[in-house]
Amino acid sequence: MVNAVVVIDYGMGNLFSVESALRYLGVNAVVTSDPAVVDSARFAILPGVGSFRLAMERLATAHLDEAMRALVTRGDRLLGICLGMQLLGTASTEDGETGGLGFIPNRVDLFADGLGVKVPHVGFNSINPTVNSGLFADLPDSPDFYFVHSYRMTVDNMMHPHATCEYGEHFLAAFDAGNVQGAQFHPEKSQSNGLQVLRNFLAP
Amino acid sequence: MTSVKKRLIFTLLYEDARFMLSRNFRLQQVGDIAWLEKNYNFRETALSIDELIVLNVERSRKSDDAFREHTRMLNDDCFVPIAAGGGIRTVDSARELLRSGADKVVINSILASDHANVERLAEEFGKQCLVASVDTKRVEGTLMPFIDNGTHSLDIALSDYLESVASLPIGEIYLNSMDRDGTGQGFDLELLDHLPRGLQVPLILAGGAGKPEHFVSALADPRVDAVATAHLFNFVGNALQLSRQRLLAEGVCLAQWDGQRLKDLADSV
Repeated sequence: MVNAVVVIDYGMGNLFSVESALRYLGVNAVVTSDPAVVDSARFAILPGVGSFRLAMERLATAHLDEAMRALVTRGDRLLGICLGMQLLGTASTEDGETGGLGFIPNRVDLFADGLGVKVPHVGFNSINPTVNSGLFADLPDSPDFYFVHSYRMTVDNMMHPHATCEYGEHFLAAFDAGNVQGAQFHPEKSQSNGLQVLRNFLAP
Repeated sequence: MTSVKKRLIFTLLYEDARFMLSRNFRLQQVGDIAWLEKNYNFRETALSIDELIVLNVERSRKSDDAFREHTRMLNDDCFVPIAAGGGIRTVDSARELLRSGADKVVINSILASDHANVERLAEEFGKQCLVASVDTKRVEGTLMPFIDNGTHSLDIALSDYLESVASLPIGEIYLNSMDRDGTGQGFDLELLDHLPRGLQVPLILAGGAGKPEHFVSALADPRVDAVATAHLFNFVGNALQLSRQRLLAEGVCLAQWDGQRLKDLADSV
């Protein structure tokens, strides 16, 4: 039984499904908007759907950005999901240039024009991890995950184990930078593959 | 692979605080979520689908609170996206559903009557969050669009209506044949001829599925991104599981996962 797993509530998206998936795995997570509770967690999950700019504003107003920095500096673990993963990067061009939390050196932009694919990218798609350990342990080959997004993180500068997804171009589907991890897909909506990723994040 | 996988979707209808399924043109009450689990092993069904759609078809809207609660509870039993709708007309009503565990909202009547609110919904939640539901039925041999739970016919050709819907900021189109709904006679692929050329959003075809071959033939059409069924027949026993196996065996590009692994992961942390 893992203690002190928190899901960060900053008014951006569906928290129930992350909480439900964690409960299925045997974890009673605390859903909180209190920076002190986030700061004290062993494992924090930053979900999120919506505008990058609005999300950064809300995190700053609630001092949740500082709480996440303290948690990461201390060596405890942070997982960003969907918009939550994008916020861990340096900046996004959604709603004008907005700085991110900067835990990893990657940028977020709209899918490039002229790729011949429909945007947003919605549905199950396969990913290709560079390793089969850490966040990517115990997954089948080219596992399928559920995506829903119009902006994506570029793979450039990613030195840590990661996974790419192809949708007109290669983009960053997930990364495992030690105690900071991210998934552009929704592990809580991706059947066994997604639950496995959540379990990997929570591994001791 | 530059496109996403095709999808097999199950649709649960909801009325009078109960889930319903259609059978032979009629809604059949199947109970609440505990009843679903006990009698139809809902978790097992959820392992065979890519997405769940829940629609509150009650006209009085008296069950809205219970519907949201049941939608929330569905998150405990299935780890796939949930689209929910029925009577959504405003940002507030959509927000309440999205806060109750829905990932997307299904809109129908406002596609014809209230484009301003469709725009507002897209602005607030993003167009990928909006599933545009279009019901259609033959009237004297001509396919006509219907709104208000299929009670009102619109005085416009289906192809014109679909073009208007496709021009709105929506994420996908759920096209349902009222003629075939609940019959199990197979999808009406003729509906597809009324879609705008070069449709830029995914198309979900619904109404009529009764056996695995129906899913196979519909998904073989390049215009169909997903198939949906609300038929009780597809819900009993392991009908959906067999359909999924059949689709994969026929080479249909569906997502794959391991149902046994999902069971083993329960309480594993």
